[in-house]
Amino acid sequence: MTVYEPIEEFTDLKPPVTSIGVLGWIRSKLFNNWYNSLLTLATLYLLVKVVPPFIDWAVINGNWNTTGAACHQSKGACWSIIHANIRFIMFGFYPPTEQWRPLLAMMLLFALLLVSRNRRWWSKYLGFAWLAGLVVMGLLMKGGLFGLPAVDSGQWGGLPLTLILSVFGLTAAYPLGVILALGRQSRMPAIRYLTIVYIEMIRGVPLISLLFMSAIIFPLFLPEGVTINKIIRAQVAIIMFTAAYVAEVVRGGLQAIPKGQYEAAESLGLNYWQTMRLIVLPQALKIVIPPTVSILISAFKDTSLVVIIALYDILKTTQSTLSNPEWMGFSTEAYLFLALVYFICCYFMSTWSRKLEKELQT
Amino acid sequence: MSNSGQNPSPAAAEEARQIIKIIDLHKWFGEFHVLRGINLEVAAGERIVVCGPSGSGKSTMIRCINRLEEHQRGQIIVDGIELSNNLKNIEKIREEVGMVFQHFNLFPHLTILDNLTLGPIWVKKMPRREAEEIAMYFLEKVHIAEQAKKFPGQLSGGQQQRVAIARSLCMKPKVMLFDEPTSALDPEMVKEVLDVMISLAHEGMTMIVVTHEMGFAKSVAHRVLFMDEGRIVEENTPDEFFDHPEHERTKLFLSQILH
Ligand SMILES: Nc1ncnc2c1ncn2[C@@H]1O[C@H](COP(=O)(O)OP(=O)(O)OP(=O)(O)O)[C@@H](O)[C@H]1O
Ligand SMILES: [Mg+2]
Repeated sequence: MTVYEPIEEFTDLKPPVTSIGVLGWIRSKLFNNWYNSLLTLATLYLLVKVVPPFIDWAVINGNWNTTGAACHQSKGACWSIIHANIRFIMFGFYPPTEQWRPLLAMMLLFALLLVSRNRRWWSKYLGFAWLAGLVVMGLLMKGGLFGLPAVDSGQWGGLPLTLILSVFGLTAAYPLGVILALGRQSRMPAIRYLTIVYIEMIRGVPLISLLFMSAIIFPLFLPEGVTINKIIRAQVAIIMFTAAYVAEVVRGGLQAIPKGQYEAAESLGLNYWQTMRLIVLPQALKIVIPPTVSILISAFKDTSLVVIIALYDILKTTQSTLSNPEWMGFSTEAYLFLALVYFICCYFMSTWSRKLEKELQT
Repeated sequence: MSNSGQNPSPAAAEEARQIIKIIDLHKWFGEFHVLRGINLEVAAGERIVVCGPSGSGKSTMIRCINRLEEHQRGQIIVDGIELSNNLKNIEKIREEVGMVFQHFNLFPHLTILDNLTLGPIWVKKMPRREAEEIAMYFLEKVHIAEQAKKFPGQLSGGQQQRVAIARSLCMKPKVMLFDEPTSALDPEMVKEVLDVMISLAHEGMTMIVVTHEMGFAKSVAHRVLFMDEGRIVEENTPDEFFDHPEHERTKLFLSQILH
């Protein structure tokens, strides 16, 4: 028989000290064995090779507010291409005197998005604010009322167009995807097979071909004289495409919900829609936040494919400035700027999803 | 209630209203004939314990009573309503029949209080305030009111099962079904759940309990049913059932569970 020694006193032990100061940290994290040391040295070498020349090019020799000709003389970066063309890049062919309108609309959108980031502010009123906001944004873009000159949607472009396609695309695709996922699990064979056919067909073709179809083939079926706005057609294609992917991810979440949850809900007397809305979807959608946001992020970037049907989203407007002889050859700067815009938007989405995930953890 | 004491009199139960009536019930899972002609009548206030070997169809039988499983032949009549494909009838029956599962099946994304108020609010269309009052009343009853704001994952198994019982009670059911409510629990938690069930029994609740807790059966059951291979093989008062089992299979089963 073992006899355990009684512990004399409750003594609080400090957690063991693993590293002391910066040097200790460097030692333990970067040079703790030979291959980590090697990797650290290699990385340092690369940084030395890359960073100073980049700063030289981008900042020290950079041109910020010059003409194209001056840029061609300099060996630094030509940020002037952005500066000089910012209005076209941002707003495309929107009439210059009216460009405050899309600017205001975007600011309104950003404000709503920021407010919606905080879940404590989610309420009925925020929903109304979004509805009102969308109406105001539409009015600002389109005009024709309250003394605002009408602007044909053919002239819309740049960042507002990208945002319209994404915000509407994603907000419509998400619920549609959820409904498709439910349909795929339906006990009614007709509904189940219809959704399976839909999802598999859409996933079987690239987005480009859907956009082509919506732009070129679809109008052929319309009666003479009837046209549907090109933006709307692209929008529908994006929604249909994204929804199919969202559906499959949500289906994965639905399958993770144990049968007991359905049974408990049913035995309380909840009907199908109540069970889904109150019990199953809240759990399933939470599980699939990370893959869903991945899909939404890639859908956001995919909106740039609308260039192939001659819509001037921000990618196309940026590219177009490069065909101006004055600014030809500064594609690096132009695309870096574009990358920054996309990065900010995507980063916003991914931090938001992580925040949401943490808040919904129980 | 005349029949809520320790020594129930079958005569009193006989007189009472039939709340569940099962007539020649058959069920198949694909080709597999699970229930092979079940006949059972349960009077209001009666407490029945069902036991039998694994796979004998105990769960399936009680799950048929609130339509978690669909039967293919025979009749199930609950409080005068016959179970059929009529959705309205199914909903009505589910409101009157509460069910407690082996694995609790609480809703993990809702607080204990919200777990309890969900049914009253959405099914009975009760105002939230009233539903919360009822929920707190039943939480007190299962001695767990101080946990109302927690989530199920933060409670022990025994506490979760008591919450699950309270959740069913909030719907004010006329019948409670229990499918092995203590068999997923650690031994030291079994008693707290059985105590709640016993006090429920003393209040006169109609109960059908699938369990192998023989002590529970002896102290509260009016009748014990023994099922094997989809049939009710033997049925008797607890004393007779345990002391003088008739069938060979019952004897074998009892010798196994009583060691
Ligand atoms: N959904 C199902 N599909 C097919 N077979 C099933 C299904 N559910 C149960 N069965 C089978 O039906 C038989 C009876 O199952 P049931 O769960 O009613 O048994 P039980 O008496 O409750 O046993 P246990 O004591 O193990 O819970 C078993 O052989 C089981 O394998
Ligand atoms: Mg069972």
